[in-house]
Amino acid sequence: MHIIVCVKPVPDPSRFDKLRLDPDTMLLRRDEVPSVINPLDRNALEAAAALKARHKGRVSALAMAAPGALEQLQEALALGCDRACLLTDPAFAGADTLATARVLAAAVRKLGRFDLILCGGYSADGSTGQVGPQLAELLGIPDLTFARSLEIKRKKLHAHCLREERQAVCETELPALVTLDQSANAPRLTPLASLRAAASKKISAWSARDLKLAPSGVGLAGSPTRMLNIFTPPVKRRGEMLQGSPDEAAAQLLERLRKDKVLS
Amino acid sequence: MDFDFPNPVKIVQRTARDFARQVVAPLVPEMERSGKFPKPLIKQLAEVGLLGLVTPRRYGGSELGWLARTAAVAEVSKVSAAVGISLQVHHMQSAAVNDWGSKAQKERLLPRMCRGEFLGTCAVTEPTGGSDLVGMASTAARARGGYVLNGSKCYITNAHLCAAPLIIAKTGEGSRGLSAFIIEKGAQGFSLGREEHKMGLLGADTGEFFFKNCRVPESALVADEGEGMKVALKTIGEVGRPGMAAVSLGILEAAFDEAVKFSKSRTLYGKPIAALQAIQWNVADILTDLETARLVCYRASWLKDRGRDCATHMTMAKLYTTEAALRASRKALEIHGGCGTMLDYPVQRCFRDAMVCISAGGTTEVGKIVVSRAALN
Repeated sequence: MHIIVCVKPVPDPSRFDKLRLDPDTMLLRRDEVPSVINPLDRNALEAAAALKARHKGRVSALAMAAPGALEQLQEALALGCDRACLLTDPAFAGADTLATARVLAAAVRKLGRFDLILCGGYSADGSTGQVGPQLAELLGIPDLTFARSLEIKRKKLHAHCLREERQAVCETELPALVTLDQSANAPRLTPLASLRAAASKKISAWSARDLKLAPSGVGLAGSPTRMLNIFTPPVKRRGEMLQGSPDEAAAQLLERLRKDKVLS
Repeated sequence: MDFDFPNPVKIVQRTARDFARQVVAPLVPEMERSGKFPKPLIKQLAEVGLLGLVTPRRYGGSELGWLARTAAVAEVSKVSAAVGISLQVHHMQSAAVNDWGSKAQKERLLPRMCRGEFLGTCAVTEPTGGSDLVGMASTAARARGGYVLNGSKCYITNAHLCAAPLIIAKTGEGSRGLSAFIIEKGAQGFSLGREEHKMGLLGADTGEFFFKNCRVPESALVADEGEGMKVALKTIGEVGRPGMAAVSLGILEAAFDEAVKFSKSRTLYGKPIAALQAIQWNVADILTDLETARLVCYRASWLKDRGRDCATHMTMAKLYTTEAALRASRKALEIHGGCGTMLDYPVQRCFRDAMVCISAGGTTEVGKIVVSRAALN
């Protein structure tokens, strides 16, 4: 069994308060906060490791990112991946979800035969949840999103997937693509004993040319969506302390809510 | 100059941070209350790979180096300096066995230490003090087929958690009259004393060893007879001192975070106290100490990773960072005003922990002697 896991480096969510937007480019200033593996991608890596332990086979990690993402791919190797490929090219910069999915699809084809692709449900920075399904569409394989459990029985994939407030029990043929919900498993901390061996493994770096992708189909040029503006909505709320005893304050609050037509 | 950590060190640092937040932090209140080290944590430290950070891979370690070890101990210590000191002292015995032990000792002990069967320790200090090695009273007299040990050790970190501690005892006179031994718990004549109650680092185990006609085989000797001084000085100087520097670096980080958090949230005269210049100056002093401590600690570990002479730099790291942690945690505590003296506020723990770190691994005064010798010779 060959499992491919898509890994995205994102700014460390525990330091999101330090994130700033570049006012000129409208892009995140990623150099100011260290990158980590997207949290839900760790769920995907964990699921891949569990399936590999049960069914044997191998796991490949793919990341489309800047050259600095070697760190996250080394970590993916320490978490049980056998191979890692960094898809990196200045031409990939500014890619929207579709242009990203095109690059990933080309890399999957270059990797050859596969049985399953696992992705995090969404990324902590973009939060679109679109790359996984778009990748499946480009590859012409079925996809299941936000799985909270998955297993392979008699060459078919069975998954429990979140659907709003319900759960869908799904079955599909392989190969398929599954995006993982955070409830799918409890990702391990990176086993440090595996790190040195992981750091010494060669990570393939593939450019647009290696993937036989035309510049017009990748990066900003290949993106049908454009970011026109990003801004923090101004907060005009004003706090007001109600005076008096708790009963008096509650009465004032009720009166105010009725006056403002929040309550009828 | 590249001040960025190499990728594996970044991963170690982040993993240690996550481990500290997820696994260690929930244990801290009970450690503070009981003063006991939570024994199941030893296996958890082993599983994530923190116990084997500086042990060769062939003995079950991860061999990730001294810079990684400093970063990891600091991250753990930011959450619990008590767990940090327990971890760094464990590394001391791992390093001593790896540097000086026989092949048989390495094969027997190091895999067990990486698996978390016990936490390691090095027992040097005696009731008369820890700085005067030649003046120690514990003896190991030659006897048929081995040695007979008599004496005691005190203030030993991990004493009750270690199954086979490394002990320094006198086999002769002068600086060539010290030898190192591995004594298995259960050896006849070897007993444990009380668990000490400290003002800080609560939850780190500190205890005593007693030897009364304790007979050990020749194979218990680590390195050659008479090389105990070398074993002790290298282990304390190149592992223990940077370890205490890393523990103090973690305390400094915690003190800084607490100082910033409180000064932004506490209001006085209608605005956060962070707007007051007196508070700003203290915060600036703490951050300057923190950045300086990072540089001196990381540089010393970087030198050791390259196999370069590092003992003086390690001592400077320990000397500077332990004092800086005490200075910074006092300032952080003062920023808190009366709140800082309340046990509900973590900043008081920083202050108590920093105070205990001053003497561990060599006092400030001993550190100054070591550094001044290097400067003047």
